[in-house]
Amino acid sequence: MFSSRPQTWTTTTRTAGEPAPPVPSTAAPEAVRLSLYRRMVEMRGFEKRASELFLQGLVKGTSHLGLGQEAVAAAFGEAMRPDDYTFATYRGHNHTLARGVPMMPVMAELMGRESGLMAGKGGSMHLTSVQHGMMGSYAIIGAHLTIANGAAWSAKVRGTDQVTVCFFGDGATNIGAFHEALNLAAVWKLPVVFVCENNLWMEYTPIGSVTAVRQPAADRASAYNLPPALVDGNDADAMYAIATSSIAGARAGNGPSLIEALTYRHGGHSRADPAQYRSDAEVREWLERDPLSRYRLRLVAEGVSSEELVRIEAEAQSKIDEATAQAQASAEPPASLVEKDVFADGGATWRR
Amino acid sequence: MAEMTYRDAVAVAIAKEMERDPTVVFLGEDVGAAGGVFKASVGLLEKFGPERIVDTPIAEEAILGAAMGAAMTGLRPIAEIMFSDFLAVCWDLVANEIAKARYMTNGQVSLPLVIRTSNGAGVRFGAQHSQSVENWAMMIPGIKVVAPSMPRDVVGLLAAAVRDPDPVLFFEHKSLYATKGDVEEGEIIDELGRAALVRQGRDVTIVALAAMVPRALAAADVLATEGIDATVIDLRSLVPLDVTTIASSVVATGHLVTVEENPRLCGWGAEVASIVAEECLFDLDGPIVRVTTPHVPLPAAEALEDVAIPSPARVVEGVRRALG
Ligand SMILES: Cc1ncc(C[n+]2csc(CCOP(=O)(O)OP(=O)(O)O)c2C)c(N)n1
Repeated sequence: MFSSRPQTWTTTTRTAGEPAPPVPSTAAPEAVRLSLYRRMVEMRGFEKRASELFLQGLVKGTSHLGLGQEAVAAAFGEAMRPDDYTFATYRGHNHTLARGVPMMPVMAELMGRESGLMAGKGGSMHLTSVQHGMMGSYAIIGAHLTIANGAAWSAKVRGTDQVTVCFFGDGATNIGAFHEALNLAAVWKLPVVFVCENNLWMEYTPIGSVTAVRQPAADRASAYNLPPALVDGNDADAMYAIATSSIAGARAGNGPSLIEALTYRHGGHSRADPAQYRSDAEVREWLERDPLSRYRLRLVAEGVSSEELVRIEAEAQSKIDEATAQAQASAEPPASLVEKDVFADGGATWRR
Repeated sequence: MAEMTYRDAVAVAIAKEMERDPTVVFLGEDVGAAGGVFKASVGLLEKFGPERIVDTPIAEEAILGAAMGAAMTGLRPIAEIMFSDFLAVCWDLVANEIAKARYMTNGQVSLPLVIRTSNGAGVRFGAQHSQSVENWAMMIPGIKVVAPSMPRDVVGLLAAAVRDPDPVLFFEHKSLYATKGDVEEGEIIDELGRAALVRQGRDVTIVALAAMVPRALAAADVLATEGIDATVIDLRSLVPLDVTTIASSVVATGHLVTVEENPRLCGWGAEVASIVAEECLFDLDGPIVRVTTPHVPLPAAEALEDVAIPSPARVVEGVRRALG
């Protein structure tokens, strides 16, 4: 009854290997584009390193990499204001780095160290840095869309013009909380941007085989009186354009928006997943559409010097090396943290 | 001193907190224009306007999510879940999100929010609108659990809950909404986690919560005619739990009976009994007795519901068993 394999949508008219298309007339200034490139290089390098550390037994538990999905995080990170709010999923390393959270505490959190972003109490799936507007990474599908609404509502009540951006996967579009959240955001006209990163797969099941519509987010937009927005999530320029326009709309009081970014995760769902359910052809096709190498080609074609890009790459690498070394050198959290911060008094006392 | 109903005490308490603190907002189904299905928020919309008193769709996850997101960014929301049974629909927000945010973020996130809900039986609504679910809440680390038994405590405990920096699940008992009691003038702010000694006696300690408090008191009156002098403790809060008050009373009386409206297994009385057994065993002169609703979904018919929920007669019988 259902196709066993999702349809992959051609999101660019090029085939792999062709020269990059001309710069869109709306292209951002070069400084912004270099920053987008730098962000993606840092994210890619960071997650590759995290993956290596896992294989060495230094990162424990699980983690969910966004390798291949960096353009979405980089573009929104670039477009957001420091006091805006981010809500992300367990696949949230890149969204955390995108808000300017330093690499060291993120790496240390993955490694379960005291210098970790949450001193090892949250782990990879719950990266949070309130001082950077990174309001949390959430591991129960769908819930954080409703929480993002709350932050947006609060900004409205407090009379600030802060915008909330909420990232989630294609799988989240089939859970009740998604629909509750979209409806409330629309009815209350909240300054929130919902970004569905459609990477075609939930964990091991293709989204197309369990979803009543073709585009899991865009085709639902009309139900909430929102325009459908389908964008190439592997094109940093396109993502940046839609990030700036949707954020500006929310900031101006035009209410929520729902964006579906078409993208792909290069690896498995999580550390435990070799991703053998995907065909080689599908993986190859998407690797050719890799947002990072594609952007590099485009920047060079447009006259950015290779030296400049090489410099960015080298700087990213040394940042990653430094963060890794520092995280690795830091202590494991003390046992006293087990009963810390259950309640506001700093402890776990439930009786008197 | 003014006499008021438990129901009116809710609106009075919310209004006082909203007047005092402009960051307090209130949201839920039918809470604004309609004044709440139990009429516990009548007049608030007129007083505070639609920015702060907000009617929501029937979307419990959206309600608690909105409360959580607002609490983490500078507001102090009060969210209403119409019937405590509906907490099951949004339990993810309570158990996985709200209760754990401070801990998982190593203290970065603070959630000063209150979830008000109508709990318990007595109005013959059947199995999906009459449950006592305070024990569900009690077993989740990270939330406080409060349940007042009288109008005065509604005012004092709700004020404390709104001002508390931690998330509080506030169980109002639907069979108590129409009851009346004296409420002193001026500001009343209680401390969460302090039980009240509502009757002082020598022979047995009866610990009760919410609607079981008046039943425990009625039982104590009957026992008095038999020459048994009971202490009745109104727990008022399950988290924090006032072990000090319970234990010092048990030390004095040597006997403990808990009266719980929740179904038997893992009811709060089991926790109280285990603490007392562990810490006051040698002060006990008889078995600890738990009087609870049997382990059943609640029936609707008056005759059946009355059998299921602990009655004063069952409390009397429990005390007799405890005294041997
Ligand atoms: C409510 C709930 N159900 C199931 C899971 C287990 N789970 C974790 S991730 C995942 C797949 C989610 O897919 P998608 O939303 O497309 O996001 P992606 O992982 O691709 O980023 C599932 C089923 C969960 N965490 N929460």
